[in-house]
Amino acid sequence: MSRESARARPCGGCGCGVGGGARIPGESKTFTIAMRLVILEDYDKASEWAAKYICNSIVQFKPGPGRYFTLGLPTGSTPAGCYKKLIEYYKNGDLSFKYVKTFNMDEYVALPRDHPESYHSYMWNTFFKHIDIDPKNAHILDGNAPDLQAECDAFERKIAEAGGIELFVGGIGPDGHIAFNEPGSSLVSRTRVKTLAKETILANARFFDGDLSKVPTMALTVGVGTVMDAKEVMILITGAHKAFALYKAIEEGVNHMWTVSAFQQHPHTTFVCDDDATLELKVKTVKYFQGLMHVHNQLVEPLHSMKSYND
Amino acid sequence: MSRQRAFPDTGSAGILQRLARPSPKARHVTQRSPDRWSCDGSGAAGNFLLPLKMPSNKSVSDAPITQFLNCHILKDHTLQREDLWVREGKILNPEKLFFDEKGYADVQIDCKGSIIAPGFIDAQINGGYGIDFSSATDDMKCGVSMVARRLLSTGVTSFCPTLVTSPVSVYHQVIPQIEVQDGGPKGAGILGLHLEGPFISKEKKGAHPEQYLQTFEKHGFQDLLDTYGSLDNVRIVTLAPELNRSEEVIRELVRRGICVSLGHSVSNLAQAEAAVKQGATFITHLFNAMLPFHHRDPGIVGLLTSNEIPAGQSIFYGMIADGIHTNPAALRIAYRAHPTGLVLVTDAIMAMGLPAGRHTLGQQVIEIDGLHAYVAGTKTLSGSIATMDMCVRHLWQVAGCSMEHALEAASLHPAELLGISQTKGTLEYGTDADLVLMDKELNVKATYIAGEWVWKHCKVANELEMGSE
Repeated sequence: MSRESARARPCGGCGCGVGGGARIPGESKTFTIAMRLVILEDYDKASEWAAKYICNSIVQFKPGPGRYFTLGLPTGSTPAGCYKKLIEYYKNGDLSFKYVKTFNMDEYVALPRDHPESYHSYMWNTFFKHIDIDPKNAHILDGNAPDLQAECDAFERKIAEAGGIELFVGGIGPDGHIAFNEPGSSLVSRTRVKTLAKETILANARFFDGDLSKVPTMALTVGVGTVMDAKEVMILITGAHKAFALYKAIEEGVNHMWTVSAFQQHPHTTFVCDDDATLELKVKTVKYFQGLMHVHNQLVEPLHSMKSYND
Repeated sequence: MSRQRAFPDTGSAGILQRLARPSPKARHVTQRSPDRWSCDGSGAAGNFLLPLKMPSNKSVSDAPITQFLNCHILKDHTLQREDLWVREGKILNPEKLFFDEKGYADVQIDCKGSIIAPGFIDAQINGGYGIDFSSATDDMKCGVSMVARRLLSTGVTSFCPTLVTSPVSVYHQVIPQIEVQDGGPKGAGILGLHLEGPFISKEKKGAHPEQYLQTFEKHGFQDLLDTYGSLDNVRIVTLAPELNRSEEVIRELVRRGICVSLGHSVSNLAQAEAAVKQGATFITHLFNAMLPFHHRDPGIVGLLTSNEIPAGQSIFYGMIADGIHTNPAALRIAYRAHPTGLVLVTDAIMAMGLPAGRHTLGQQVIEIDGLHAYVAGTKTLSGSIATMDMCVRHLWQVAGCSMEHALEAASLHPAELLGISQTKGTLEYGTDADLVLMDKELNVKATYIAGEWVWKHCKVANELEMGSE
């Protein structure tokens, strides 16, 4: 495929204005303006595709001393499968996180750091304890900081000092929120304290024994603007309960009531979803992007390994 | 070999191969196939220790941090696939280390699927490897040290040297020589003495010499003090509660922090319960040297299901699970009646670790025949010669209990009995890192005390051996 055809082409069909850019196989990443909707059969395949994409991104970046790959990370049940696959690649020796800096999206306010439902605990148990990341490079907002806004400002500074985020991985709430940017959040917001929406508290109750009074009501979160600043964004969306939010995010206009829709204006966003998450999309949208899967799969096949850089 | 390489050298065995600056020796090692490194669980060749040359974080402590990987640890009463972290001889909370100190391991040990349990605690052991703790000698300190060192191979990291009924002169000679001390590379830790006798029943003396039995008739507690001389390093006393004035003796011992155990006794259940109300918490080798269970008077055995135990107090019972002292069916009855009270003890005699034949125990001669040890010329059992790890395996196989329960019977329960479960007998954060590494059949592969490697099975190759091939 020539470099020319790799540039974004506006889609003539559904008029959604998105194109299918592709990386030239074998070369390091070229920056193509693209919105991709990658549809896999089920949760496991979607998790694997996403993990392969992250792995390839890190490996092809060739991180090393003084050259860190900056990765934005989510929490919740959606990315759990992806984290498992990444741990597998690390254990196989294909991937190392030694020169990776991570920035998590959010953390509850006033929840003890070692509480089993805190995002610190989640990240430790699901990811950090299984890999070789340097603890100094794993950044998570501190919901127990004495000055919360100062903590948020410091977080923004740390991201800037790290050179910005290469790839921000996120999920989506049933109400279309990215991180804890609830409906009505500014689309140019930065890291700040947010009061959680009722729907979010209800969705989180299952992690607190179903007791609404135990669920935190405030959180520190990166802003929509913070994520928009990342070079690349990848949003994981799986399950039928997220289908309506996905529809609002990509088939309707940019709207602060569905904050994920802001990424229609990001130069490089990939939505990775399973069949169930597409249930509210138009058939022709789904068919169009399914037809592009052979192109999308070139981003993850072959799976690059750090072992091949040993010589 | 390029130094400009961006990534760590990840060979086919992944984490095992990670060295900051691969030496020629390590390079040779990394070219091996993974199979050479694997441990098939039977204790066959497998490398454990591979120092990881990562700089240690010095923010809280300069002490090196050790991480045990690929292991199943006994935590919250289950065997979990979790790593175990140790610093300065204590079990470390890795999440706190990661987030608060931004720290990580200095040394990583690949356990290759081993089980890690808290080090075993033996509350009743009369000797071993040719040493008899009840013998009249001025060299007992040396003898106890030798046994303490040999015990490491059985997974025992703490023990209570036990003296059987002996003449007063022996108590006065031997007791001052044995002191409470921490374990280490020199041997298992000594928690204190277990004095089994002489205040026991004549009818249930078992292998104890009758001429040295005593009572509390004359001066109650003072009789005990006169007999033993000093109680400074005494941890457990076994006595028969039916003896006159035993209640005041038990009360005084408990007041001094000494664990009182009922044994070698013909007491009925009421007498035993009265003793428990005074603070007795242990039963010496359940079923042996006591009245058998009777449905109208269960005797001491009835304590397992008694509802006269004071609130907040637990009753524990020692079991010699060598397959000889107790029929497996009886073991199962006790286990099912009161699973959390079962404490494995070896009650091992000096012949443990010695070949078959005649040997001297206390003031008597005993005869070894296979795993049996009899009073010479009789069929009275003299004591056991099974090691603690054999007892754990036997319990697991015949009691129908889980592996976790069998391991806890040798670690958590004795620690609870002796009131030391805040520091020993568990793998909770902040407790002493006394560990025993075992394969899936519960054979001991390596023993650690305070996080230090104190014993390993001869078939477990260390890094030096692997590198030299």
